[in-house]
Amino acid sequence: MPDIGVQDTGVQAVTAGPPVVTLSGVGKRYANGTLAVQGVEMAIGQGDFVSLLGPSGCGKSTVLRMVAGLIAPTTGRIEMAAGGDAGSSISPLRGGGDVGFVFQEPTLMPWGNALKNVMLPLRLAGVAKSEAADRAAAALASVGLAGFEKSYPRALSGGMKMRVSIARALVTKPRLLLMDEPFAALDEITRHKLNNDLLTLWQAERFTAIFVTHSVFESVYLSRRIVVMAARPGRVVEDLTVDAPYPRGEVFRTSSDYAAHCRHISAALHRAMGE
Amino acid sequence: MSVTTPNDARITVSAEEVATAPVENRERTILGLTAESWARILFPAIIGLLALGAWEWAVRANDVPSFILPGPIEIGRTLIRDWHTLQISLWITLQITFAALFVAAVLGLALAVLFAQSRIIELSLFPYAVILQVTPIVAIAPLIIIWVDDIRLALLICAWIVAFFPILSNTTLGLNSADHNLTDLFRLYKASRWQVLMRLRLPTAMPYFLAGLKISGGLALIGAIVAEFVAGTGGRASGLAYRILEAGYQLQIPRMFASLVLVSLTGIAIFLAMSLVSHLALRHWHESAMKERR
Repeated sequence: MPDIGVQDTGVQAVTAGPPVVTLSGVGKRYANGTLAVQGVEMAIGQGDFVSLLGPSGCGKSTVLRMVAGLIAPTTGRIEMAAGGDAGSSISPLRGGGDVGFVFQEPTLMPWGNALKNVMLPLRLAGVAKSEAADRAAAALASVGLAGFEKSYPRALSGGMKMRVSIARALVTKPRLLLMDEPFAALDEITRHKLNNDLLTLWQAERFTAIFVTHSVFESVYLSRRIVVMAARPGRVVEDLTVDAPYPRGEVFRTSSDYAAHCRHISAALHRAMGE
Repeated sequence: MSVTTPNDARITVSAEEVATAPVENRERTILGLTAESWARILFPAIIGLLALGAWEWAVRANDVPSFILPGPIEIGRTLIRDWHTLQISLWITLQITFAALFVAAVLGLALAVLFAQSRIIELSLFPYAVILQVTPIVAIAPLIIIWVDDIRLALLICAWIVAFFPILSNTTLGLNSADHNLTDLFRLYKASRWQVLMRLRLPTAMPYFLAGLKISGGLALIGAIVAEFVAGTGGRASGLAYRILEAGYQLQIPRMFASLVLVSLTGIAIFLAMSLVSHLALRHWHESAMKERR
């Protein structure tokens, strides 16, 4: 890893910008009476990388889906800052596109090749076919899949399918990228590679990321901020900062700094689970 | 903007990831077909030839009169001799069958899409589709033949009634089988109902629709034949079923068999045609159309 000797030029500011999303008193009770989440207060700063960490059943996915607008909170409010961020050169899309979502499964349309899949958000927003194809090809190239445009999901490995899924989420140049345990099903080597690539994309494209995971190691490696949640009912119990500078690479992954952070977060997670 | 991203070293997919991608299993081919395909053709063909040989031998050895059971050779000769009459009937049966199948496919698909749009419509109409399906066609055919003046149209309606249900029920199931995460994705991007239908639900329903079409192809033929048996009309516009009836009355058993052979061949041809359509439509993506992969 010779290129890690970075001066402060390459180090991303550790402070996040003004809030992109603000959750106030957010709760969700499902129709069957289960209280999934209660009283969540959270402001996600512009450009931040935030992990929601917690045991299964703590409502982290529910929070993410509420932020995406896929489900409505039963109490409280979720506010998104007005769009038209100054740094963006892309004209805002009709309809969605301000928020990208990556599911736990790649969730690709099996009847379309990689390019068709990545074109989908643009086509749904009414972007002309040729322009959508160009932008989708660029997005595929940005996740390392140049040359795989014509491949059908069937012919791609798990990691490659997840890359297509990320390219699809980023093709609209969203301000906010939501990820729901996207790498949980991948083997460790592929997961590490995708973690690195995700950070590279995040630094290059400057979106705000919310990343749901149950892995302490993954959350520490990726995030600038970790929100620890507890179950029954799902709630936020701790809000911690990982102050290690970016870019982070394999050197960080093996550093004692990383280990210390992992111990710290792990302890918080254990407290959240009630020892 | 000079954002120096030191690990801007372009993102590439690792060789490891590419290596784990499934690859198509390319087998060696003999005259364009794999050993597996040849086996699939040759073994049944051998069984068929053996059975025909045994049949011919049994008929000759026991001196079975041809009005009881003709041998395959005589049936073949009759088929060639009566080809002129039989091919007219074959053509008529084919017309009715394919017209019924086409209408069944179009209406089945259209009704399924309508059902998918509204739960109320589906709940109100689906039981009647079931009633239409479970009532034996032989029982309704006489009524339809009385009500509809044009006998060809009556036959078509009968064949359609038998053929349309598998398409309707399969397509309805398919339209409701869209992956829930993909459905969420479409919602996230604020897709219109129309976009969801065209880009998500119809493609999802495609394999289901094609499976229905495969079943319906055979059923349309059965419907057409059964209805014609019931109608029992002769004259110019008579299909293969009438040839069978007529030959039976006249004790022309070889001719009866010849017609039967044509009916079977028609059924096989329809099945193969539908399988081909299905394969061509799904070969890139659906499990059913995939060759074994590593």
